[in-house]
Amino acid sequence: MNAIVKSPHQDIQSPVAGSQVIASSERKIWPLTGGVHPEENKHQSTSRPVSVPPLPETLVLPLSQHAGLPADPLIRVGNKVLKGQMIAKASGFVSAALHAPTSGTVTAIENRPIPHASGFYDLCIILETDGQELWCQLAPVADYRQLSPAELVEKVRDAGISGMGGAGFPTAIKLAPGTAINTLIINGTECEPYITADDMLMREKADAVIQGAEILQYMLGARECLIGIEDNKPEAITAMRRAAAGKNIDIVVFPTIYPSGGEKQLIQILTGQEVPSGKLPADLGMVVQNVGTAVAVKDAIVDGKPLISRITTLTGDALAAPQNVDVLIGTLAQDLLQYAALKTSELSTLVFGGPMMGFTVDRMDIPVIKTSNCLIAATEDEFPAAPDAQACIRCGHCAEACPSSLLPQQLYWHARAENHEQLMHHNLFDCIECGACSFVCPSSIPLVQYYRASKGAIRTQEAKHTKSERSKQRYEDRLARLEQEKAEKEAKRKANAERAAKLKAAKTAEQTGSDAKAEEDPIQAAIARAKARKAAAAAGNSEPASGRQASDRPLSAKQKELKVQLSMAKAQAKKTERALAAAEASAELKGDRKDIEQLKSNLAMLNEQVSQLQQAFDENSQDSASKDSPEKPVKVAKPALSDNEKKRKVELAMAKAALKKAERALAAAVESGFPDEQENTESFKQAVEACQANIKRLEAEASEPPAETAIPPSADAKPSAKAKAPLTDEAKKLKIESAMANAAVKKLQRAIASTGEDEQDTLKQQLVAAEQKAAELKQALESLS
Amino acid sequence: MALINSRSSISQRGRETSPHALGQNSTQRVMSLVIMATIPGLMAQTLFFGWGTLINVVWCSLIAMGCEAAVVSLRQRSVSFYLSDCSALLTGVLLGLALPPFAPWWLSLVAVSFGMVIGKHLYGGLGQNPFNPAMLGYVVVLISFPQEMTTWLPPLGLEGHNNSLTDALFTIFPLGQSVDAISMATPLDVLRENKSLTINELWEANPVFDGMAGRGWMWVNLAYLASGVFLIWRKVFTWHGPVGMLAAIAIMATLFWSGNGSDSHGSPLFHLLSGATMLGAFFIITDPVSGATSNRGRLIFGAGVGVMVYVIRAWGGYPDGVAFATLLMNMAAPTIDYYTQPRTYGHHKANKGLPKKD
Amino acid sequence: MDIVLYAIGALLALALIFGAILGFAAIRFKVEGNPIVDQINEILPQTQCGQCGYPGCRPYAEAIANGDAINKCPPGGQATINTLADLLDVEPEPLDAEHGQESITKVAFIREAECIGCTKCIQACPVDAILGAAKQMHTVISDECTGCDLCVEPCPVDCIEMRPVDITVRTWSWALPQPNHGKAGLIATDLRGQTV
Repeated sequence: MNAIVKSPHQDIQSPVAGSQVIASSERKIWPLTGGVHPEENKHQSTSRPVSVPPLPETLVLPLSQHAGLPADPLIRVGNKVLKGQMIAKASGFVSAALHAPTSGTVTAIENRPIPHASGFYDLCIILETDGQELWCQLAPVADYRQLSPAELVEKVRDAGISGMGGAGFPTAIKLAPGTAINTLIINGTECEPYITADDMLMREKADAVIQGAEILQYMLGARECLIGIEDNKPEAITAMRRAAAGKNIDIVVFPTIYPSGGEKQLIQILTGQEVPSGKLPADLGMVVQNVGTAVAVKDAIVDGKPLISRITTLTGDALAAPQNVDVLIGTLAQDLLQYAALKTSELSTLVFGGPMMGFTVDRMDIPVIKTSNCLIAATEDEFPAAPDAQACIRCGHCAEACPSSLLPQQLYWHARAENHEQLMHHNLFDCIECGACSFVCPSSIPLVQYYRASKGAIRTQEAKHTKSERSKQRYEDRLARLEQEKAEKEAKRKANAERAAKLKAAKTAEQTGSDAKAEEDPIQAAIARAKARKAAAAAGNSEPASGRQASDRPLSAKQKELKVQLSMAKAQAKKTERALAAAEASAELKGDRKDIEQLKSNLAMLNEQVSQLQQAFDENSQDSASKDSPEKPVKVAKPALSDNEKKRKVELAMAKAALKKAERALAAAVESGFPDEQENTESFKQAVEACQANIKRLEAEASEPPAETAIPPSADAKPSAKAKAPLTDEAKKLKIESAMANAAVKKLQRAIASTGEDEQDTLKQQLVAAEQKAAELKQALESLS
Repeated sequence: MALINSRSSISQRGRETSPHALGQNSTQRVMSLVIMATIPGLMAQTLFFGWGTLINVVWCSLIAMGCEAAVVSLRQRSVSFYLSDCSALLTGVLLGLALPPFAPWWLSLVAVSFGMVIGKHLYGGLGQNPFNPAMLGYVVVLISFPQEMTTWLPPLGLEGHNNSLTDALFTIFPLGQSVDAISMATPLDVLRENKSLTINELWEANPVFDGMAGRGWMWVNLAYLASGVFLIWRKVFTWHGPVGMLAAIAIMATLFWSGNGSDSHGSPLFHLLSGATMLGAFFIITDPVSGATSNRGRLIFGAGVGVMVYVIRAWGGYPDGVAFATLLMNMAAPTIDYYTQPRTYGHHKANKGLPKKD
Repeated sequence: MDIVLYAIGALLALALIFGAILGFAAIRFKVEGNPIVDQINEILPQTQCGQCGYPGCRPYAEAIANGDAINKCPPGGQATINTLADLLDVEPEPLDAEHGQESITKVAFIREAECIGCTKCIQACPVDAILGAAKQMHTVISDECTGCDLCVEPCPVDCIEMRPVDITVRTWSWALPQPNHGKAGLIATDLRGQTV
């Protein structure tokens, strides 16, 4: 309660300034709704002229210094840059470019603390200055009237100018509103306590402000131009009046009240109009620009200089020399505070921005950015910690102070209850977060934080809702797709079944034909046989008769082998043919013939193989004496061995699945950890071990016969497999196994972490075994490759 | 680097939300200013009706603070934190002023403890109570002990007026001794009970009637009026509530003033300056917690209280109706709030009612 | 006796008339409202995670419409339960712990070096948020990922993890002031066992 002790004589002051309408010399002005009168504290920093601090060694340039998307870096680490060179370009419509504030070397592009209420890091370009201040080529415009407004807007966009009053909205967008603009308002209000940057700017660079205003007026085609200044800046008013003499610019002076400098509030004061909720001033035919922005525009057009510096107020009781500085963007707060003679021991709060809307930071290596109008190094007495919030007594002082005519205490209750519907009903998003309500609150409730948090929560919820809508759409699309795939598969299956039926019919026809040979007319039989042969040929089958012929007498071992190979080759050919048919069917839909061509060539090759084998078989069976066939087509087909191997593989896979299941059951049992489950756990463990042993055996078997590596690739029906060496196949298999073993190790590790101590031992043993296995596999893999 | 070292000193409090500068206003200041503003009225009451009122105020304040401390410590909170906002003290003071001067100690105890414990803390404490705790306590004893609650002492200048401190003490706390205090009905009561006499006859017949509103009562009310104007000037509350209530009473009394006859309900001035009108207008209905929140809402709230006060006085079962009227309007306050939201900047018209379901 | 008959007759006539009016009104003024299942489905978070025990959000919405409990959706959390309770005009209940706990938003992440390209996760993903092909490395489109974690289990090499969504400067917002920011903001049970 020291705040009360400090000034016991002060009234329970009115948050309301009263609704007096003070007419300036010529213009009528309108009163602000609500508002407060915080102590101004502006005199501290206006006693010294604007100075230029020494060039710092490093500049930290955040890529996101404006509202909208962060800028896109144009340089690489190590690049030398010149003063004024564009080092990051606007990455979208709502974005702004960034320029090197001085010449030097880019030493890093990395995450650094930035001036933001969150205290987070963000991507920054780090520039090591070289002290030479070498400018890049500039393109000043001698007479801006020679250029079209659109060309000037482009120049402003290239200069990287964003609003310098605080919000940092890219200026070029505001200058091309797409609607007719009648009134340009230059905001020289600077209603927040402590800040004097605009005041000093108007005092020292009044001509530049007026020049900038004229350029802006030309660009917008605005009929009138108003410059609004609060009556607590008499020097600035005099300077501006002098500079604006004889020009089509009105300097409008109005009584000091916070927050008259808000864009909407200033429009209300100067024109009596209100910006409709959710709309922009441009919809009323108005554009508001800060005086700093006007000077930046003048610099960009007349001198061709991009926005690389700004005037910032350094103030607060912890500074021995509070003043305004013309500072390069990217200068760290610590350098500036040192320049203003910081009394380190007295510093308690460092605020970026003003006391009403600024934010505290908890470190000093934070750079000044385009929107940093003030740095307050405050002592404990200056900004004492807010007293504990008391209960809201609904006194209504906040409602009287609110410049937007909201009901802050209702918003507070609903924000506490997280009742978003009611918050929206009470127009939460019309709150400009000026802090007037918190300022007057007798119970010291951090009202603004409630509103900010609620706004954030509502935005998050809306984003979530949008995402869930999209997820729903994607989910439904996926279901539809799966449905379609299923239907296609079904159609394919049907087609295959039909083919099979046809084939069967052909076969039976042949059989009946041969059966009926004896009885029927020989001509008829011949016709039937020819038909059957034709049908069989159509199905891609080779002469079935030859097989039958061969089976007449007992076969030698060689013959047997050949026969097996032959049948396999036939099966392969059949398979390929089926694939071909399917491909043809789908090709009609998709118009893709490539696969079909491949399959066809494949089929031809297989058919050739079949006929070769057939030939070998026939030869072999004709002269029963076994002799080596020189062509050795044996190797061409898949050996019987591969069948075996396949079987083993299946077994292995099954064993692995069993192992996985057992492991999972074990893990579940361990997790539940009941003593009566102990028995179960034991049996599970045994099962796991048995499975593991099984796998090892199978793997040993699988790796035993090296013969499989000798299978010629041509045996494979898929042409893609042909390209791959069998060795890589093996390696791949091992790799996958090794990965799976690694996964098993990881799973076990996790299980160990989550179980009790008594279970850990056995699990650890398992882990060791699994690790060993993983290591072995890795070794095998390495030796292979 | 020394600057970096000083980070520790600036990170102590962590990040805080703006604004970092706060005004000088505080709940404690608001409450204590209101308590101070009751002093003229208290002095007038003590002057005209004896020491009883003062003793009552002290006694009620003690009970109120005791109740607050007891409940707060039961809820395991900081007692000093809650007592320091002075809201309990204000409730006690207001009840002390509202109760009859020689109300026995137990009557005050019942009223204050009911108001504090049930009327305030059971709803969640300061800021959460839908009803004015002081009025809730008052109504409870008014319904339970109508005899004690409607008898006041003869005012100053009348026979039987007792200005002795000890008598007052012993009447309120009868420690074995009993004082035969002479009691008398209030002007409002007399007027309500009147069936046959015209106003003029009544004024002459009954010594409590003197001047416009009854002996002493006018001055008490004028004292409260002055304090109220002071508080409005100091911006503790806005003029809307009191003006609404007083205007409504005046209009009702004018509309239903049937002159001088025996069925007259009394003149507008009589109603404005009698009973608890001014105390209610400036100290009871301006309780922000249980009242309406927007200015327009307060005007309506005040007017509602005013109308109901008159209705109860003229046709109701009780001589004064400020307490009942306040409680009834407390119930209506949320609805009033929903329909009197101000028009937000940039909106064509104000929101009304509850949010629309789509 | 006649009176009784008259009465019955009159009542019958009235019943017929009113019945006809009601029937007419039911057809004439029928409200073509959003079916309740759609409204419920709209509220559910559409993660399609199946934690509720149904194969997706819509099936659960149908189940709720048929009287199932509203507190089986961990991704939606208490907010969804409250909205559902509001819609269905029932008492909001706490989240059923049987179906999981409310946690921060996460998205799946595939450690790409470990991925073997088995496509199992692609098949598991209910919103097609995983990109990849057989024997090709897969990756998650994190903007589309609902964080249902259905892809984690099928991965044979365990290379998918659920990573919390980072809060950046652009998504950060102030938190509500702590309930004990002031000593007034609490109810008694908040401080049970503590001294203030």
